[in-house]
Amino acid sequence: MADIRLMKGNEALAEAAIRAGCQAYFGYPITPQSEVLEYLANEGRKRGMIVLQAESEVASINMVYGAAGAGARVMTSSSSPGISLMMEGISYIACAELPCLLVNVNRGGPGLGTIQPSQGDYFQAVKGGGHGDYRLIVLAPSSVQEMADFVYDAFDLADKYRNPVMILADGALGQMMEKVAFREYDPKDHMMVKPWATTGKPSTRPPNVITTLHMLPEQMEEVNRRLQAKYAGIQQQEVRYELLDAEDAEYLVVAYGLAARIAHRGIQLARARGHKVGLLRPITLFPYPEKVLKSMAKRLQGILVVEMNAGQMVEDVRLAVEGRAPVQFYGRMGGIIPSPDEVTEALEKMITTTVTHPVEAD
Amino acid sequence: MAQEIMEEMITPDVEGMECVYQRPETLLDARFHYCPGCGHSVVHRVLMEVIQELAITEKTVGVAPVGCSVFADRYMGVDMQGAAHGRASAVATAVKRILPDRYVFSYQGDGDLAAIGTAETIHTCNRGENILIVFINNAIYGMTGGQMAPTTLLGMKTSTTPTGRTLEIGGHPLKITELVAQLPGVAYVTRQSVHTPNAVRQLKKALTKSFQYQKEVRGTCFVEVVSNCPSGWKMTPLQANAWLVENMFPLYPPGDLRTPQ
Repeated sequence: MADIRLMKGNEALAEAAIRAGCQAYFGYPITPQSEVLEYLANEGRKRGMIVLQAESEVASINMVYGAAGAGARVMTSSSSPGISLMMEGISYIACAELPCLLVNVNRGGPGLGTIQPSQGDYFQAVKGGGHGDYRLIVLAPSSVQEMADFVYDAFDLADKYRNPVMILADGALGQMMEKVAFREYDPKDHMMVKPWATTGKPSTRPPNVITTLHMLPEQMEEVNRRLQAKYAGIQQQEVRYELLDAEDAEYLVVAYGLAARIAHRGIQLARARGHKVGLLRPITLFPYPEKVLKSMAKRLQGILVVEMNAGQMVEDVRLAVEGRAPVQFYGRMGGIIPSPDEVTEALEKMITTTVTHPVEAD
Repeated sequence: MAQEIMEEMITPDVEGMECVYQRPETLLDARFHYCPGCGHSVVHRVLMEVIQELAITEKTVGVAPVGCSVFADRYMGVDMQGAAHGRASAVATAVKRILPDRYVFSYQGDGDLAAIGTAETIHTCNRGENILIVFINNAIYGMTGGQMAPTTLLGMKTSTTPTGRTLEIGGHPLKITELVAQLPGVAYVTRQSVHTPNAVRQLKKALTKSFQYQKEVRGTCFVEVVSNCPSGWKMTPLQANAWLVENMFPLYPPGDLRTPQ
């Protein structure tokens, strides 16, 4: 019997974290994600979780470092400006290869910006954000259900690869209420032994050291090679995406998160007017589903990328497509959510302006 | 093989001579990168001696800072984490919360603890985290080449106060230990030094007490060590220790600022 509830996205995520066996949460309030901290401060503590409201996001992320280094399943959450403050710590965590969950309930920026939903942090989440060559595994939910589901996946991926995993949501997904069914998940079946953790050194082994300092450039390059090999493996193994109405599609919309849900409605409106349009929804933003895009591109008349930003993921679409199909962009910024009608309009504009080219055979 | 060499070095076989002092096993057999006369190596040794004598090597986790002691994990034979600049006490907070039955310490310099990490320092102490914070105050940024620290004395020349620190430009030296001592969360706040054998013995007592208080879950223990920087101060080690007594102690007097009730 599924455990079904009506919850805010932030609360569903927090509830899933408890169920996923998350042992500790360190965070700082910021709209629109404070419900995560509030929910855990109440429910989490009751159910044995260590929940600490830190003095800043800077302290929070470094507490995540310490707790992950001590072997705990640990997380933090914040929203855009707070995530910016965490960037140094995230770079350290990536370098030290500490598994943890980071949640960004993205709001409009830049600067203090707005508290309304945005996807303006795509570059920061996917391309680095902090210093040095590192990657987060980035999961993009598009419903309250996925706000919960991806928490389990994130912790498992983090442990599997010893890598920080980010759930990149937005203010609407955090605040809106939907039905959510909590899956069966026994943390005991998922917890990994962490022989590298600093838990106190028995006489039988040398000290464990969690460090990001490698003074010799040759050593530092070796660390980088190891990280890059890991990221390449993640790109091979962990790509996730959803295709909707794509079988006969002549045009494709690429959108993630909330924008994908809006775009799908816009696609349905366009189909009602006779346009053969499909949707590709990347679920992992890193690793990016570039192979499927590349393979689909040659039979497409055009691709429309829809984002709640000035055009960030569209760069990854263009890189994947490599000119095989025209790529256009439609986006709203600063906390404005596009409507399905706007997507349909942008689609029709693309369809009327794109010069039809003969479709290559597969 | 390495173990054998280590054993040999720990217990040198010198015929007819009695071993009266040896490196504690908890201090790893590595050559210090510290400059001659620097207080860090002495504090490292004393801290590791205390951990060994209390037989808590297997139950201790340390946190190293950014600064001259960034390599502390290469010398201290306990599980260690290297923190980002200024964040050692936040890292130590989390380690202790996860592993409450372990002994946890952070080891930080004046730039790390009293400039970039001031917020973490104050809030860790204010929460009364049950950890030991070892604070090395030598009034200068050693690692980056001798720039002004928050604890640099007025009139003191550094590479960023070439004519001496002035109130107008650099403000006052920060007496963060006095600040910390005001916070109800702290159990034990003391200021020590390592410029004489007797001072070293006093520091050892302070560190021993701190671990005892941690065992008793008394709250934060904060041990400042007024130390030197012969290279940064551009003095010989002997000159530096004399300068320390004459110039540092008037502003940073040794002694207990707070003891457990």
